[in-house]
Amino acid sequence: MSSQIPRPLMDSDSQPFWEGLKRQELMIQRCDECHQHIFYPRVLCPHCFSDKVAWTQATGRGHIYSYTVVHRAFGPFSDQVPYVVAIVELDEGVRMMTRIVGDREAIKIGVPVEVIYEKVDDELLLPYFILR
Amino acid sequence: MRTERVAAIVGVAESDLGVTPGKTVLQLQAQAAKAALDDAGFTKDDVDALFTAGNWAWSPNLMLGEYLGIRPKFTDGTNIGGSSFESHVGHAVAGIQAGLFDVALITYGSTQRSDQSRNKPAPIATLTDQYERPFGLPLTVGAYALAAMRHMHLYGTTSEQLAEIAVATRKWATMNEKAFKREPIETADVLESRMIAEPLHLLDCCLVTDGGGAVIVASARAAARAKKKPVWILGHGETHTHQSIVNMPDLTMTGARESGNRAFEMAGVTREEIDVAEIYDSFTITALLTLEALGFCKPGEGGAFVSGQRTAPGGAFPMNTNGGGLSYCHPGMYGIFLLIEAARQLRGECGQRQVENAKLAIVNGTGGVLSSTSTLILGRD
Repeated sequence: MSSQIPRPLMDSDSQPFWEGLKRQELMIQRCDECHQHIFYPRVLCPHCFSDKVAWTQATGRGHIYSYTVVHRAFGPFSDQVPYVVAIVELDEGVRMMTRIVGDREAIKIGVPVEVIYEKVDDELLLPYFILR
Repeated sequence: MRTERVAAIVGVAESDLGVTPGKTVLQLQAQAAKAALDDAGFTKDDVDALFTAGNWAWSPNLMLGEYLGIRPKFTDGTNIGGSSFESHVGHAVAGIQAGLFDVALITYGSTQRSDQSRNKPAPIATLTDQYERPFGLPLTVGAYALAAMRHMHLYGTTSEQLAEIAVATRKWATMNEKAFKREPIETADVLESRMIAEPLHLLDCCLVTDGGGAVIVASARAAARAKKKPVWILGHGETHTHQSIVNMPDLTMTGARESGNRAFEMAGVTREEIDVAEIYDSFTITALLTLEALGFCKPGEGGAFVSGQRTAPGGAFPMNTNGGGLSYCHPGMYGIFLLIEAARQLRGECGQRQVENAKLAIVNGTGGVLSSTSTLILGRD
């Protein structure tokens, strides 16, 4: 995969997330007050506004909430079409943007998926999902 | 209608539209501003509040004020995407009601088509973008495609139903000499047009044009000396629910549910009383979701609602009567053009495409990726 894709600029919110991916661990947050999971990472729980948010390893399992097959793309993605970008809802209840790889015909909203780790280079692994 | 007549739209105008090579965003806005003031019978010296939104300068208000020679006593650069201008109107009413100013100039301009600036990629994804941009969702179309796919999954909405909107909107465009695309299209043309991001085809997507527009909002006192009959601003509501599509609470229900309810409540009118609807159509799915969110039909029933060319000329629900963002123009932030057309319809100035006896209009702007929504109810005496 091209390393010319937009690179995530790690910050103090996101560092545990990106570092976790390098270990092939999907790290998300959970609120110690209202016990809801949180993605993307931040310093305050968006549900109850508590600042008691803690990191936890996600199961990496979920289902496809929605998806699209991209046929026209720009810049570094233009030579990858067609590809599937999706919103996956993890079993923990949070949603994240991702790619779905595998049998295009089997990709449907609601089907179960699990995380895989797509290596861009030594510094960047992206969480993709496959059908399970 | 129960709203106090606080403020009215008294002047509207477009700049040159379509492809405007060599023109700048400031020239387009100046051209539209002068024409809108002429329309109202006002001059630059009447303007005491300035509203604009855009991504073309560090502070569009400062540059625009300097360029036009306007030194406002109230200024508002609210930028919530394409719906910004509906919010500007709402904010202008609030400012007028508070006695802060009498005449507001709202402008927009863009040269995105000539610049070919729409899809320039940025190399670094910062803040919340870092969780999204590495995956290559083409914005904005990909986000709307995700919403459309989920609506189809939940409700059985079809590509043919989405195409009804594009076909009907084009019919209106055939009657607007300013529309960029005027040749009639059929459902098959939409379905056979190039797939961009499933399930959205090329003809489900808005145009990419240059263009500018301006709207003059005046207090009731100032409106009394305007050249044109006032188009009263009866109700307004606005909200935003998310920035990125992943964080949209429900991919098939937009914030127009709340902004619409507030606008209807403020105006004291019912949905059945609306004569003409100007609904942001960045994509066919945008209009369909908005009709459901505004309560013109139930969630999931948008496909059936727009079927049978119901939103076309002669249909029961006249919508996007200028040809919309799909066929008339779309310079990136379309919201100001919804206002211009609604005002012209209520003033009876639309010629061949005039909706007979139009007295009440709804205008709904959508910004970002279904992120923001701003609703206005407009009416004439």
